[in-house]
Amino acid sequence: MSARTGVLTEGRELRIVGFLCNWCSYGGADTAGVARFEQPTDLRIIRVPCSGRIDPLFIMRALVSGADGVLVSGCHPRDCHYAEGNYYARRRLELLKQFLPITGIDPQRFEYTWVSASEGARWQDVVTKFTNRIHDLGPAPRMQGGSGYDELCLKQIEEGVKQGAACPCHKERAL
Amino acid sequence: MRIGVFVCHCGSNIAATVDCPSVAEAAKLFPDVVFATDTMYACSEPGQDGIIQAIKEHRLDGCVVASCSPRMHEPTFRRALERAGLNRYMLEMANIREHVSWIGKNKELNTGKATELVRIAAEKLRLNTPLFANQFDVTKRVLVIGGGVAGIQAALDCADAGIQVIMVERETSIGGKMAKLDKTFPTVDCSSCILGPKMVDVAQHPNITLYAASEVEEISGYVGNFDVKVRRKATYVNWASCTGCGLCMEKCPSKKSHDAFNEGVATTTAINIPFPQAIPKKAAINPEFCMKLQKGKCGVCAKVCPTKCIDFEQQDTIVSEKVGAIVAATGYDLFDWTVYGQYGAGRYPDVVTSLQYERMMNASGPTSGHIQRPSDGREPKRVVFIQCVGSRDKSVNRPYCSGFCCMYTAKQAVLTKDHIPDSDSYVFYMDIRSPGKGYDEFTRRAQEQYGVQYVRGRVSMVYPKGDVLVVRGADTLAGTQVEVEADLVVLAVGVEASKGAAHLAEKLRISYDQYGFFMESHPKLKPVETNTAGVYLAGCSQGPKDIPTSVGQGSAAAAKVLTLFAKDKLESDPQVSSVNQNRCVGCLKCTMTCPFGAIKDVKDRAGNTKAEVIETVCQGCGICTVTCPHGAIQLQHFTDNQILAEVNALCQPELEF
Amino acid sequence: MTLTIGYYPGCSGAGTSVEYDQSTRAVCARLGVTLRDVPDWSCCGSTPAHTVNHVLSAALSARNLELAAQAGLEVVTTPCPSCLANLRIAGHKMEQPAFRDDVRALLETECETLAETKSTLQVMVEEVGLDEVQARVTKPLAGLRVACYYGCIMNRPPEVMQFDDPEHPMAMDNLLTACGAEVVPFPLKVECCGAAAGMPRKDIVAELSGRLLDTAAGLGVDAIATACPLCQMNLDLRQGQANAARGTRHAIPVFYFTQLMGLAMGLSAREVGLSKLVVNPKPCLERAGLL
Repeated sequence: MSARTGVLTEGRELRIVGFLCNWCSYGGADTAGVARFEQPTDLRIIRVPCSGRIDPLFIMRALVSGADGVLVSGCHPRDCHYAEGNYYARRRLELLKQFLPITGIDPQRFEYTWVSASEGARWQDVVTKFTNRIHDLGPAPRMQGGSGYDELCLKQIEEGVKQGAACPCHKERAL
Repeated sequence: MRIGVFVCHCGSNIAATVDCPSVAEAAKLFPDVVFATDTMYACSEPGQDGIIQAIKEHRLDGCVVASCSPRMHEPTFRRALERAGLNRYMLEMANIREHVSWIGKNKELNTGKATELVRIAAEKLRLNTPLFANQFDVTKRVLVIGGGVAGIQAALDCADAGIQVIMVERETSIGGKMAKLDKTFPTVDCSSCILGPKMVDVAQHPNITLYAASEVEEISGYVGNFDVKVRRKATYVNWASCTGCGLCMEKCPSKKSHDAFNEGVATTTAINIPFPQAIPKKAAINPEFCMKLQKGKCGVCAKVCPTKCIDFEQQDTIVSEKVGAIVAATGYDLFDWTVYGQYGAGRYPDVVTSLQYERMMNASGPTSGHIQRPSDGREPKRVVFIQCVGSRDKSVNRPYCSGFCCMYTAKQAVLTKDHIPDSDSYVFYMDIRSPGKGYDEFTRRAQEQYGVQYVRGRVSMVYPKGDVLVVRGADTLAGTQVEVEADLVVLAVGVEASKGAAHLAEKLRISYDQYGFFMESHPKLKPVETNTAGVYLAGCSQGPKDIPTSVGQGSAAAAKVLTLFAKDKLESDPQVSSVNQNRCVGCLKCTMTCPFGAIKDVKDRAGNTKAEVIETVCQGCGICTVTCPHGAIQLQHFTDNQILAEVNALCQPELEF
Repeated sequence: MTLTIGYYPGCSGAGTSVEYDQSTRAVCARLGVTLRDVPDWSCCGSTPAHTVNHVLSAALSARNLELAAQAGLEVVTTPCPSCLANLRIAGHKMEQPAFRDDVRALLETECETLAETKSTLQVMVEEVGLDEVQARVTKPLAGLRVACYYGCIMNRPPEVMQFDDPEHPMAMDNLLTACGAEVVPFPLKVECCGAAAGMPRKDIVAELSGRLLDTAAGLGVDAIATACPLCQMNLDLRQGQANAARGTRHAIPVFYFTQLMGLAMGLSAREVGLSKLVVNPKPCLERAGLL
């Protein structure tokens, strides 16, 4: 156990993908590095020009393809290098967060935040907290093959259909 | 595609916690990678030569350099690629220093992480295409925001080089904080004698347009072509005809107006010229105290004005200027010292700020240079200086050192002795910070030659006792409590970013830190540049600085502007959006989301509406790419496919059948 | 005015400062504020508890705050700043889940809801209001020069207390001004009186309280108003000791601010417990025409 980061370093790394805007948060992560603020190693950062460049579908792709967590970070609202990119990002990302449960993905696995280029210590805090959260949640459930439903799930659907509670498409699959 | 991978050791910066050779070894197995090696310093001359040689030898089409942050050395390696005959955009960097080696100690995990970062860089590179810059015209005019000594220096240097300068100053006169000072350390030469001529130069220079009593309202555009709107605030005086005779000041009956220039030490008239050497020397009305503007009665100034330039109906006006570069030199303001209730600031008239004391000592100040207690006008015989009021104090969220307070306190103590030879001065300090040419010698002289008593310790409280103030504090060297009965207490108030600095930063689209100071592009190597091309910094807007450093930075910012203007045409960044006309359905959602108006609608040959990007206006944010329902508009160098390739490199679905 | 509020007298209120308790109750009754004692209240732990064990100290306070909440009291007021500090700090610390768990283990209750604590001074200013106080004044304290002395912990630490200025409080000044008194700007209003050092080191209390008395005397006051039982004791009971140690001859009566408020509202000397004071207040009150 690393005393500073509070993360099991001998444990398996989990897959955490970060999308960072070039001007603020990527700079903030650099600042944290220059200041040698120790962080858990799980995060892999993808650099984009602006948080407004982040298509929610990128995040979905990552989560569906096996990411255990996705962290997005941009400039603080009002402080966007492109004037208003992070406002678009905020709207899109908040919608995505609301939408995640519908897809069956735990919304806890996705977070967005704002870190400026000067906030190295804040970046360390964000990464550490998010990584710890993902480790608490454990690895994301794997996508299953076949029908896309496991035995238990199918049984539940079957039960539901018997009680007339499931939707027609489920009914079709289950019967 | 033939990709080469170069893994930098950065001496031991990376190699200490990342196994660089094994990262290179692993990279050899990545798709399209035909060459991989590790190198001691990729950015050094032999390092760059090694990259160039490898490109030629292995006929590489693109390179991945795994080293420091691309914010640091991307331009360096892009130039190296160009020297080898490749397009500069065929480079990708993996940040294995700031994001790996410096933030984790576990070599095994770091090596794995570094390998994956190289992997995603290589995957992206496979989809990179050569990009070519366009050229565009530069408006060779510069906007200087702030008319303090840093802004003045930047403006004069640019103007002397033949560049048109627009200077915008919030107050009615330029000069900034330096104009308020009596003397300057460590030479104790008269502040207005050295600043005054520079201020006059600004007024008289044919290349400088000065907008005093003005603020920047709006900034749009980009490097080389900024459009600036300046709000000229109503002064209720027609400056075109005002001669600065001062007759209105003599006759104005409202004599209790707040005197901002004198830091509230004295009062002034509602219509006033802030100080005799003001530039421009024009009168302005403070509407808060003007009887005519408040109550509709008076108008004495209008009656006595020989040029009839008073205009009570005057409104703010907006002027537009086109410039190619901007220097932000907005300076500083004093920390709100009244939060130190224990020092009685704001409650006891004889507790004053350092800047107020400066006005009290200044020969052109309200007391004509005679130091008097604000309470009873008596000459103080014992003056206590308290340092670090709003500096190096976490409890008031000002953990930083304001840098020059130690020096000006020593100067003020020396001057006190000069003004009042039979006076004693005490300085309560934490540490004496005096790095600079002749600085430490000066603080020594204050102690040894002028007999200033330096007490190392903080002051716990100041309270009145009769007509003196008792200053109670600790003497940490003697290990005791001390109490000094003072006639006057001077607080060496720390500095903070100028009021409204953060708001201006948002207009300039530059970053600022949590205290409102503007962020430089690199703390050591790019101290006057910002991350927004064409915007430069000078003086205390970037952080606390003394006069010599501010002047130096003003000149440095001017040099950067001149470097930019040395070319007649600038190259645009080709990392901009472009529309695939075959895919575009002409919904024009992109035009609605673009913050820069960089997308216009055009008709194709069949008369269908299509979007088209104006390349020189596009800033490359990529908001449109996310907006487009068809993926028709793609941000070059950051296309959907490139980012998805990175995601795919990291996350491979592990389907179990 | 109808206001019902929880009341935590604290052990001083039941002992050394009965006149504070008595005058607080009397003034509140006059102002239409109903005080409901926290049922089965126990000691807040005072200084000994928190100097030895923070969890124990918080548990003692939390018990009282929970009892108050269970009795339907959202806000509890206490006249004593030491109780106030303990109760508020407990409430503050209980916001941390780990700390709350420690306290729960000690108390074996859930500590689901805790009442909020406010000083009587704060209740007077914020809940009752200066206008209401002024409206109740029948015998203005005109001609009484008073120095208001808050003591060191009434407003500290500021992030816990969230009331008034920690270095330059004005609540009591404003209250007594509303009661018609001539309040002088007392520079040492938050200085230490020596506090509990009165037991082991009388000399320290004599010195520190002596300075306060000197300064007050220098301002020509008739009386000092306090809000803390320990301050009042040091300044009043030990005034003779301070005089003896420093060669001064002060005879400044030291009131609780509630006593002065009571007098202004027409309460009798008996109702506000003036007989409990050590330095005789009679001469100064007679001079001011209040008796």
